[in-house]
Amino acid sequence: MKITEEDIKCLKQTAKVIRRDIIEEIYEGQSGHPGGALSCTDILTVLYFNQMNINPQKIDDPNRDRFVLSKGHASAALYATLAERGYFSKEELKKFRKLNSILQGHPDMKHIPGVDMSSGSLGQGLSVANGMAISSKLDGRGFRVYCLVGDGEIEEGQIWEATMTSAHYKLDNLCLIVDNNNLQIDGKVTDVMNVNPIKEKFESFGFEVFETNGNDIDSLITIFQKAKTVKGRPTAIIAKTVKGKGVSFMENQVGWHGKAPNEEQYREALKEFDNGKE
Amino acid sequence: MKEENKATRQSYGEALEYIGSINKDIVVLDADLAGATKSDIFKKKYPERFFDIGIAEQDMIGTAAGLATCGKIPFASTFAVFATGRAYDQIRNSVCYPNLNVKICGSHAGVTVGEDGATHQMLEDINIMKGLPNMKVFCPSDETQTKWLVEEVAKLYGPCYIRTARLASPIIYDENQNFEIGKAVQIGDGTDGTIFATGICVSEAIKAQEKLQKKGINVRVVDMFSLKPVDEEIIVKCAKETRKLISVEDHNIIGGLGSIIADVLAKEYPCKLIKLGVNDSFGKSGKAMELLKEFRIDNDSIVEVFE
Repeated sequence: MKITEEDIKCLKQTAKVIRRDIIEEIYEGQSGHPGGALSCTDILTVLYFNQMNINPQKIDDPNRDRFVLSKGHASAALYATLAERGYFSKEELKKFRKLNSILQGHPDMKHIPGVDMSSGSLGQGLSVANGMAISSKLDGRGFRVYCLVGDGEIEEGQIWEATMTSAHYKLDNLCLIVDNNNLQIDGKVTDVMNVNPIKEKFESFGFEVFETNGNDIDSLITIFQKAKTVKGRPTAIIAKTVKGKGVSFMENQVGWHGKAPNEEQYREALKEFDNGKE
Repeated sequence: MKEENKATRQSYGEALEYIGSINKDIVVLDADLAGATKSDIFKKKYPERFFDIGIAEQDMIGTAAGLATCGKIPFASTFAVFATGRAYDQIRNSVCYPNLNVKICGSHAGVTVGEDGATHQMLEDINIMKGLPNMKVFCPSDETQTKWLVEEVAKLYGPCYIRTARLASPIIYDENQNFEIGKAVQIGDGTDGTIFATGICVSEAIKAQEKLQKKGINVRVVDMFSLKPVDEEIIVKCAKETRKLISVEDHNIIGGLGSIIADVLAKEYPCKLIKLGVNDSFGKSGKAMELLKEFRIDNDSIVEVFE
């Protein structure tokens, strides 16, 4: 598929809208995780608006591509993306994390249209994505499965159990994305529990690994396209990102992992979006 | 009760092979214990629908959850201690919270594992599985019941936990015996007492019933294979109709069959219940039959309660 400059521009604009919605959600709910939601926004935008074979009018289509947000605390990003893509009304975003809202703190597949898997307890999504990818192959459906994990998340042992399964069953319809923003709750990933070298680890576990700027729409499209051509083994994309991307005072600040902006900060963030900062 | 002995894990494996033949959506996973859980019987017949995940129980449960989201009916088997202990959080968050159609079989439950000892003798699985919303919990007592149960849970939507045993035990029921999810099976109608039992302890309870009868004590045995949902009606009925209530289980007395019955009694018909089971301790190595006696869950220990 040929991507035009106009497409890229349009996707960048979409990402900006999603980032604005993320801030709205977390401000309205006075709860949530802005840092990790903003870091993976471009990845979600490219997947849901460019790469994945999905249709919000046919949410139960058995042949649709699947997405597992293993880093479930980035729920605000997934919800804003799904709403922008038309899975549900944007009005719902205002009820983020509130009592009796469909938009639970972490993704709930039973109540949110378009969510393929519930998540929240870190380290579990890749195993689930493997199960989906195996099912796709068993039934000859040929759909692809995308799974997004955080770089801190890969400290969980289950991730490495799952990577063995991805490679053992030659799940070339599986694409793992590591949101590599190098921050986790207690500090820098490299300080808390160093996961590096990420690329070599996944390579030695049998993945074809790509590295890219995870906040660059253009590069992400190129890499996702490349990943689709890999045969016989699973793919992993190490997406170098900036935590809090798009809101200057949140960027690379560990304190913004799981904190809601106050009114002043909220207005400041909106001003940045309205002034056209990407 | 027949002379023939057969382990419920063997019946489980044979039942998997059967349901695999009638439903192509049945898939089976194991964590390097297929020869022991008997899921290898399915593997031999349907290798393309069998997935060994290796010694990685957490990954096995997650993979099963993923398969279930796509309409498969996965049966994930390993020893009860690893299935429910090692992978508890995966069962909680990736299976029960999204209410996925995953069936988990924990084999080698209880002290009757024998020589492997405490690390492998799961005595807390009923407790931790019954506490999970959406989860149903079953502990079959013999070959006939296990085969019926496996067929039944394959048709029943939602997470299910099936607890099987390593030890071969008597075949209790004829092939035409009727069972129902949420309904216990009453054996005999004595009024001197009720022995509520589950799993491997049901045949011990029946042996005790026979011994007691020779002493002129007439008790009934109630096979509580369906632990969640539980048959509340029969518990209350037996409490009203019989003089003494005891529960017997190859499980910790905290949070197992006895606790389930006590919950029902406290709510519906408060009365005394004597709980036989492993008394808040770990198991130990030994021969299975020796261990039943050691932990006072064998037929002679049941008889003693009535003397």
